[in-house]
Amino acid sequence: MLSVSNLEVVYDDVVLVLRGLSLDVPAGSIVAVLGANGAGKTTLLRAVTGLLGPHRGRITKGTVRLDGEDITGADPAKIVRRGIAQVLEGRRVFAEITVDENLKAGAYTRRSRAEVKESYARVLDLFPVLAQRRKSIAGYLSGGEQQMLAIGRALMASPRLLLLDEPSLGLAPRLVEQVRDIIVQINQQGTSVLLIEQNAVMALAIANSGYVLENGKVVKDGPAADLLADEDIREFYLGSGERRSFADVKSYRRRKRWSA
Amino acid sequence: MTAFLQNCFAGLALGSTYALVALGFVVIFKSTGVINFAQGGLLALGAYLGYTFSNNLLLGFGVAILLACLAAALVGAGFERIVLRRMVGQPPFAVIMITIGLLFILEPVITAIWGFDNLQVRNPWNINTVELGGLVFGVKDLWTIGLTTAVVIGFFAFFKYSPLGLAMRVTAFDPEAALAQGISARRVYAVSWAIAAALAALAGIAMAAGPGGLSPSIGFIALAAFPAMIVGGMDSPGGAVLGGLVIGLAEALTRGYQDQLFSWAGDNVSIIVPYILMIVILLIRPYGLLGTKDVRRV
Repeated sequence: MLSVSNLEVVYDDVVLVLRGLSLDVPAGSIVAVLGANGAGKTTLLRAVTGLLGPHRGRITKGTVRLDGEDITGADPAKIVRRGIAQVLEGRRVFAEITVDENLKAGAYTRRSRAEVKESYARVLDLFPVLAQRRKSIAGYLSGGEQQMLAIGRALMASPRLLLLDEPSLGLAPRLVEQVRDIIVQINQQGTSVLLIEQNAVMALAIANSGYVLENGKVVKDGPAADLLADEDIREFYLGSGERRSFADVKSYRRRKRWSA
Repeated sequence: MTAFLQNCFAGLALGSTYALVALGFVVIFKSTGVINFAQGGLLALGAYLGYTFSNNLLLGFGVAILLACLAAALVGAGFERIVLRRMVGQPPFAVIMITIGLLFILEPVITAIWGFDNLQVRNPWNINTVELGGLVFGVKDLWTIGLTTAVVIGFFAFFKYSPLGLAMRVTAFDPEAALAQGISARRVYAVSWAIAAALAALAGIAMAAGPGGLSPSIGFIALAAFPAMIVGGMDSPGGAVLGGLVIGLAEALTRGYQDQLFSWAGDNVSIIVPYILMIVILLIRPYGLLGTKDVRRV
């Protein structure tokens, strides 16, 4: 469905953040992207949805295709209309207006009222918490509710592909489970998902396949089960594996690289 | 008592004009973070266009007002489209300087086309008055107040209920998140400029239809509406209307009682009252009467 190939993104004409990144999201799947801070995960999403502009970023090489159609560097509004919706990192709900108005803003690109109504019903069905608090100001919701609202708002555009940027950020473990289940549910309803996460256990548990980014490149990819079993991933992301002494880690670091 | 009410009425009429202009300031500031100093120029342009439609093309006055507002809106949106769009993401200061440049371009263009003479707009209001219970109401003032009320109500309804109004509010709150919903920031900016210019044009024609007539200095009223915007709070449309009325009332009351109370201060004391009021209110409430406490972009 989404296919990114050899993508190169530069900020401010100097900072090279993505260095030839390629990735595929097959229709109907959940794809997880893991990586440390600064690996280029959020930049990848911005490049896909056309949001590099406000950050003075630019795609210098490579292409982004949606169902074979080239959408590299297209207008954000056009990309949303083509069926890609993004949940920004840190929720970013419109705190000054009501939950209902937030959802309405999410449906801005859609023309048919009947369809919008249908999406609205679907979102409230998916998030009973929001149904109870439709008239309250979004800024007064709890962090978990705001995350639900951010996802619900993105769903109001009725996307075929949903991009999630760290939906578990700052949530209690119980809520992380809830968000995870909701992602699965959304996927089962026919929306493909590209999930960016620091919480590797959660992400790989529900994903079909995964990619590991480092310094703007894909250094490892494969089916989620393989990644979960991978020794390096277990060590770096899941915190398991045997502990080594500091001296060992130092030499280990120099020798061992993902790409090796 | 009669004199007091009479002064209050004059103040409301003047304040309505201020409110329209101040609302234009706020619309642009809220969505783009820029203070549009060209508001006075757009106001004058709208008034002169209204003159042309009414006097030269002999259209009905209502039609002339409508066309002038539309034409001014086109000029505003066009200016945004051609010049300011290239400045998106640049420091607000640079953009503000550009709007000052626009003001200085508009003025000579207007005098080149229409000249410096004081013109009389052909209109049904003129200096006619209606008398009611001992009070004398200028027809033009009544219309100004009525039109302003209607436009302000329409504006707030648009802002609150229409999808585009919602898009404008969320873009003002978080441009990037709005962009991620597929809301075109460009359209929002262009619409803000169009609305501001149309409001200014309406205020301009309402003024020009009065006994003062139409001269190139009509744009100066925007300078008096500026304190109205600050008093109300730079990012609050409701505040702009309130601020406009407060400033208008203060100015008219000072003028009315100047003989009795402020005779020592000279004839023109009413002109500085808006600014004194602005300073006093800012000392007490630095963010204006209804403004958000934390105005991020100044």
